[in-house]
Amino acid sequence: MADAADGLGLPVGRGIAHSVIALKWLSAFWRAVGPVVYALIAGGVLLLIMGRNPIAFYATTFRSGLFTWAGLEQSIIRLAPLLLMAAGFIVAFQAGLWNIGGDGQFLLSAAMVGGLGAPMVAVMPYWLALILLCLIGFFVGGVWTVIPSFMKAWYGMNEIITTLMMAFIGINLANILIKGPFLSTKSLVPQTDVIPFKYLLPYVPGTRIHVGIIVALVVLGMVHYVQTRTSYGLRLRILGANPKAAVHAGINVKRDIMTAFALSGGLIGLAAAVEVLGVWGYVRADWNPAFGMTLFAIVFLAGLNVMVVIPFVAFFAVIQIGGHEAARQAGLPNDFLLLLIGLILFFMVLTEWGRRKAWLERDRRRRGRRAGGSGRAAEGAVTNE
Amino acid sequence: MSSILDADFFAALLSGAVLAGMPLLFAALGETISEQAGLLNIGLEGMMLLGAYAGFVVANWTGSSWAGFLAAILAGMLVSMLMVVFCVRMGQDQIVVGIAILLSMEGLTSLLHAAQFGTSYPRLGGVTQLSIPLLDGIPVIGPSIFSQPAIVYVGVILIVAVGWLLYKTNIGLNLRAAGWKPVALDNAGVDVLKVRTYAVLATGALAGLGGGYMSIVEAGIFVPFMTGGMGFISIVIAMLGRGRPVWVLIGAFLFGIALSIATALQLAGINIPTDVVQMLPFATVILALIIFVRASYLPSALATPFVRGQR
Repeated sequence: MADAADGLGLPVGRGIAHSVIALKWLSAFWRAVGPVVYALIAGGVLLLIMGRNPIAFYATTFRSGLFTWAGLEQSIIRLAPLLLMAAGFIVAFQAGLWNIGGDGQFLLSAAMVGGLGAPMVAVMPYWLALILLCLIGFFVGGVWTVIPSFMKAWYGMNEIITTLMMAFIGINLANILIKGPFLSTKSLVPQTDVIPFKYLLPYVPGTRIHVGIIVALVVLGMVHYVQTRTSYGLRLRILGANPKAAVHAGINVKRDIMTAFALSGGLIGLAAAVEVLGVWGYVRADWNPAFGMTLFAIVFLAGLNVMVVIPFVAFFAVIQIGGHEAARQAGLPNDFLLLLIGLILFFMVLTEWGRRKAWLERDRRRRGRRAGGSGRAAEGAVTNE
Repeated sequence: MSSILDADFFAALLSGAVLAGMPLLFAALGETISEQAGLLNIGLEGMMLLGAYAGFVVANWTGSSWAGFLAAILAGMLVSMLMVVFCVRMGQDQIVVGIAILLSMEGLTSLLHAAQFGTSYPRLGGVTQLSIPLLDGIPVIGPSIFSQPAIVYVGVILIVAVGWLLYKTNIGLNLRAAGWKPVALDNAGVDVLKVRTYAVLATGALAGLGGGYMSIVEAGIFVPFMTGGMGFISIVIAMLGRGRPVWVLIGAFLFGIALSIATALQLAGINIPTDVVQMLPFATVILALIIFVRASYLPSALATPFVRGQR
């Protein structure tokens, strides 16, 4: 909003307007990409301190995550669940709802899909089973948000604490399901029955990438449409920007909190279904990819925009896949990536702060000028009399 | 198979609960302080992790567990400086910064551990137990509760100290004002940012100590990600405690029992899946919240930065 006022306040000609817009785009671009670059540099310095060659590390990362066909395929396969999960977070965050319990929703959905998968493909056509399983994943993830959202909507209870607790319950419940009713008798380690390979999500023709990525992109398009082109999306934005104003505007806040939360959990559940049905075919006990916390960072970096988030999540998928190989070669634990993401977040916060400060400074100067100007005018009026 | 009502079982359960509950107590006390001052500290687990790492390294190096605890406290405070700079001074989003702290500390401690120890996991010697004369003679609870590492008694003192600080002193009044009505505190001529800074530093110290306890006393080793959600459980305990140290103690002890009951039951020959037992406290709390549902009494200015002159 500050930017808009800034831009509108400038008395500019057509040519200048274009360059101003270009500059704005550039600054928006740098605002998003800058923190990533700074974090890569800081991470590189850290690698240097630890006696590793940062250039080789990053080169390996991008080579094995992006510039080889197999690596690129792996990255795109990983992209599918990450995108869906990011969309799930965005839906909640934009409505001002802190859905911290994404990992619980993810794992519980994964356990249900993994457990029901093999029996279901055995009794019905596999394409029908896959569609139903995706819906089950969506449904389970959505249901797991009902208690927090109900308590939030009706009693104003802080959703951070309730989603967090539901996440712990969900993670444990997923394990109970896998070690209990869904336990496979054919495996030595506790896991669910394996869905036969030929019944997993089909490949995109000509590749070994399952169709999950297409599902993800279509769903993201739908979410973007709902958020920007429907009254429901507008209501959620108002709810996020100012919940009190939303009540005064006559918005049914309770209903919107419930649906936004359910949609958020549902998308995260769908992410789990896509990952299980596209890559694994089964779920092992104590499996937890813990995508949730890292995706938080990415989602904020993208300014809670479902379209902007795509390149960021893609970048994340690449460094996740490629970083694994690079860390192995450098003899470092995989967790270097976590540090990198943390650094990105810190630099993002710093950039945001610097921008805000610069804007306040500009605003103050402009006001000072205006006040000064009017003061001189008043003086002039006095002398004229 | 021995009986479940066996004295050994209860002794094992109680000492296990104290062992597992202490880090929760330390961290949740810390979180209580920062929540009362208006800061939601999602990065608590990150502070615990660096505390655990620093505490372990120093204890391993000096051979003194007290030096380890001191290092853990300092490490926790060091991490909390990040929160001071970004959240208190710059007024940035506390949840984003908290997650940044969590992720970077997870990565950092794992890297540091790998750089220093590779894949070996050196073990610390045991910590000397301190028994309270007379009381340790009581059957069952004597050996399990009244014979503990000295740091446990520090925890007990801290409960009283934090309670006294929060509710009986001017410092505590300022602290709570910073969380409930920072504008009023500002009008009274007290620097809100300063109060919040001290609160966050205290949180870091306590969380670091909790982490140090985990690596030095509870485990005797450092393993990356060893806090495994304890920080988040502490946040839950602090929120449910609503600023009262006694409730924090009760919460920490109950969660401690839940975390150790599976082991105790196994000693008694009863096999209940750990997953069920670990789920129980959360399920109980959620149930209790649904039944006795009411808005949680959290400080009104929680998670909102204070900027002077801004409404």
